[in-house]
Amino acid sequence: MADQTHAQGVASHDASADHHGAGIEHAHPTWSTYWKVAVILTAITAIEVWVYYIPSFVASRAFVPLLLIMSAIKFLIVVMFYMHLKYDHRLFRALFTGPLIVAVVTIIALMFLFGKLAAKV
Amino acid sequence: MTSVPINAHATDAHDPHATSTGLDNKKIAIWTFIGSECMLFASLISTYLIYKGRSKVGPYPHEVYVDPMTGQHMPAILNIPITSASTFVLLMSSLAMVLALAAVQNKNLPKRTTGERILGSSQLWLMMTAILGITFLGFQAYEFTSFVHEGLTIRTNLFGSSFFTLTGFHGAHVTAGVIWLLTLFAIDRKRGLGPRDEVNVDIAALYWHFVDVVWIAIFTLIYLIQ
Repeated sequence: MADQTHAQGVASHDASADHHGAGIEHAHPTWSTYWKVAVILTAITAIEVWVYYIPSFVASRAFVPLLLIMSAIKFLIVVMFYMHLKYDHRLFRALFTGPLIVAVVTIIALMFLFGKLAAKV
Repeated sequence: MTSVPINAHATDAHDPHATSTGLDNKKIAIWTFIGSECMLFASLISTYLIYKGRSKVGPYPHEVYVDPMTGQHMPAILNIPITSASTFVLLMSSLAMVLALAAVQNKNLPKRTTGERILGSSQLWLMMTAILGITFLGFQAYEFTSFVHEGLTIRTNLFGSSFFTLTGFHGAHVTAGVIWLLTLFAIDRKRGLGPRDEVNVDIAALYWHFVDVVWIAIFTLIYLIQ
């Protein structure tokens, strides 16, 4: 019912979007999608904390990559669904992903430069 | 999913909000700002990672250390259970924020059931988001206070300097977000937020979610990876 209502709201708002000239994409996720995303985020966080308390796993090579992958998944889910980047204009995507890529490359480059990654590669 | 074409509204002489891109300038501005914020937090995170493990004296984040005053072995200083709870709180605040935005977008729809009235209350979700943000700040205040009591200040060692700078900057961003949310709540109380205010609520939501994703990175890189 809530989803249906929301869908109607989206449709009605679409009609008014041109009037306001906001230029916003309106096919946002539904309420149930938001709740599902919250459950997934909570579950991933719980797994992250759970593996932190397994000493044998913390000592293994898989620990850091797994945590980074889970963190990246959470990051992407929030950006795509809560920040609506999946549904928004490509210019917004470019404005975010461009600097984000530069930022990540900068962190990796600095790690190499200061010998934080060199020993492990 | 279709995209709004560039110059979609540029020729609309009757639209006072028309822009050359067809996109709302406020949204372009907030995304540009968020992009610049990525750079800021990348510099702070990389500084922390570079200094990690280079502190000459304790306390250390993940390692046991000997207190030079008492000679006692002290546990690692980071409190993962507390930080996990605060991470959960911040994630839930993002949920409350998207529900607030959806409520504003659908303000004019009839609310027949109690569930629809709850989901459609922008005031409720805006206040909920602000309360969760304040709760997160409370956790951070507790953490900072306990660190100081355990002998870790911003001047103690490289870990303290980079940790307090990074998490302090993030906390300042959360504080700004809470003030922004409370301002929106006050406007909602005064005259009511509706679909015409969607962009204003949307840019606040984008900022808030960005603060959340930054914390997702901090929680993994600083707290969990040893």
